[in-house]
Amino acid sequence: MTDKILEVKDLVVQYVTDDGCVEAVNDLSFSIGKKKTLGLVGETGAGKTTTALSILNLIPSPPGEIKSGSIMLDGSDVLTMDQEELQKMRGNDVAMIFQDPMTALNPVMTIGEQIAESIELHEKISKKESMERAKEMLKLVGIAESRAYDYPHQFSGGMRQRVVIAIALACNPKLLLADEPTTALDVTIQAQVLELIKKLITERDMSMLLITHDLGVVAEVCDDVAVMYAGRIVEIGTAAEIFNETAHPYTEGLFNSLPNLKQRGEKLVPITGMMPDPMDLPEGCSFAPRCPYATEACKKANPGLRHLGGSHYVACQAYERENFKLGGEQ
Amino acid sequence: MIRYIIKRIILMVPAIIATSFIIYFAMNMTGGDPALTLAPENATEQQIEEIREELGLNDPIYVRYGKYMLGMLKGDLGTSYVTKRDVFKTFMERLPNTIELAFTAVLIATLIAVPLGIYTAIHQNTWKDTGGMVFALFGVSMPNFWLGLMLIIIFSLNLKWLPSGGKEGIRSLILPALTVGMGFAALITRTTRSAMLDVIRQDYMTTARAKGASEKTVIFQHGLKNALIPIITVIGMQLSNALTGSVLAETVFSWPGVGRLIVDSISKRDTPMVTGAIIMSCVLMCVVNLVIDLIYAFFDPRIKAQYSRKG
Repeated sequence: MTDKILEVKDLVVQYVTDDGCVEAVNDLSFSIGKKKTLGLVGETGAGKTTTALSILNLIPSPPGEIKSGSIMLDGSDVLTMDQEELQKMRGNDVAMIFQDPMTALNPVMTIGEQIAESIELHEKISKKESMERAKEMLKLVGIAESRAYDYPHQFSGGMRQRVVIAIALACNPKLLLADEPTTALDVTIQAQVLELIKKLITERDMSMLLITHDLGVVAEVCDDVAVMYAGRIVEIGTAAEIFNETAHPYTEGLFNSLPNLKQRGEKLVPITGMMPDPMDLPEGCSFAPRCPYATEACKKANPGLRHLGGSHYVACQAYERENFKLGGEQ
Repeated sequence: MIRYIIKRIILMVPAIIATSFIIYFAMNMTGGDPALTLAPENATEQQIEEIREELGLNDPIYVRYGKYMLGMLKGDLGTSYVTKRDVFKTFMERLPNTIELAFTAVLIATLIAVPLGIYTAIHQNTWKDTGGMVFALFGVSMPNFWLGLMLIIIFSLNLKWLPSGGKEGIRSLILPALTVGMGFAALITRTTRSAMLDVIRQDYMTTARAKGASEKTVIFQHGLKNALIPIITVIGMQLSNALTGSVLAETVFSWPGVGRLIVDSISKRDTPMVTGAIIMSCVLMCVVNLVIDLIYAFFDPRIKAQYSRKG
């Protein structure tokens, strides 16, 4: 219990709109150990960002609503905190790096002010001291201190993302939520930024929830991996388990759609079909309509997580069959 | 930045020349002979001819325009036909009254409208939002003179709290300023609301919340500052409108401002007075617009950078 920084249990988040109810996150459970990094993998619309915002209790409401579940952060439930406790927790215990650095910074405040704000909110120090600290943070992420007085429009995308990282780390949070921190960046910058994040969280003994749809990033950074599909976790385990003993057909599909640099001529194998409309999820397993292994049974009931050994779990009914193996049966 | 200001001031010159050209020719070609209006009722043809000669009305119009423009360079906008007084001086006497009314009206409007606009934006699609918007719609649709008359009936005739017109101290300022301000408030409310709605959905608002900032800080420090540009624009437009004379309100409340000066002069066919007053209004409008553009730079570093680049 105490070795976990975050424990999410049975989380259900919905967006209630005029057109219907969007079931963004359904019965989600996972945990992150102290000083560990969990990769949350899934395609766009799988509910990854909603999960991260839930941990900060920042789901935009209306239309968003956390229906049930609990999010234990170092022993206290985020979902029962009052406004004051939430403000204390946000930025201080849990910080977030956002996906798009072009829009995540306030265009009319200097970079220094924006980093200093985070420090001022959580520590009783003067404006001048906080600005000094902000400059130190800038230096830490590889930006010259003198640029603290510049505005976001004077920075490139990669540098802005460094600033966003500086803001997130300014108060030394215990848990960092990184929501696709490299997606909006140039490929050449992606590795740099990822390397920086990795270095900083190791130095500062932080835990991280890394949201991404890039399995390469996961392999490089994460201790554990959770694969998310249509608001549910379909496979979870250590990075080694997920990569070497891939169990869920969806995870397999994700791997198959990765380009193989060693065989450049080879065609990619995409997962056929589209993710189901979260307003109208199919009755049984959400992945069944796209799954090459699906049987009639899959369309009837939702599979629970099945233990495969170690910390490896998979939500797939095919394993009820004897001797079922990915790629083997079909 | 300074180069930008100088450039803008130089650009005012063609604007003022164009205005003066249009207004001078329009005023002098609408027909009607000012000499006839000015002459006593039983004047002889010769007396009228003398008046024409005296006013220089016998020269061709382009000659008269040329003389007028030369005079303008020396700060001479001519002499009123009616009062025989200097046009520029008369205008400047009236201007402080208009400035007083304009600033008070815009101040009242801003104090009501900006908070209301923010409030309705935060409570979008609730009855609070609807209530605010109904108020704004009411404000836009209400004609100025009607509102003025209603206020006079209620506060001057029935309650006898405030004077119905004239200019005696601060009490006589309240009703005209409210009248002018209400229409402005409605527009500013709508602009503030839509600007805030735009900003509220931005990612940096979530960033601020994720830092642990309170909702108040998020809305005012991060939100409002970003929404200010359209709000300043609309406030500036209202201000320059009001500064060139709120004709209706000044008339209803017999407020001795520029707007009423122009209306009175038109009805008396006082061509030099009308022409001069309108050219001065144009100058005033240009100055206010320049000031507004400079205020943008103060609030938005991106605009400031643009000004410096354009030099």
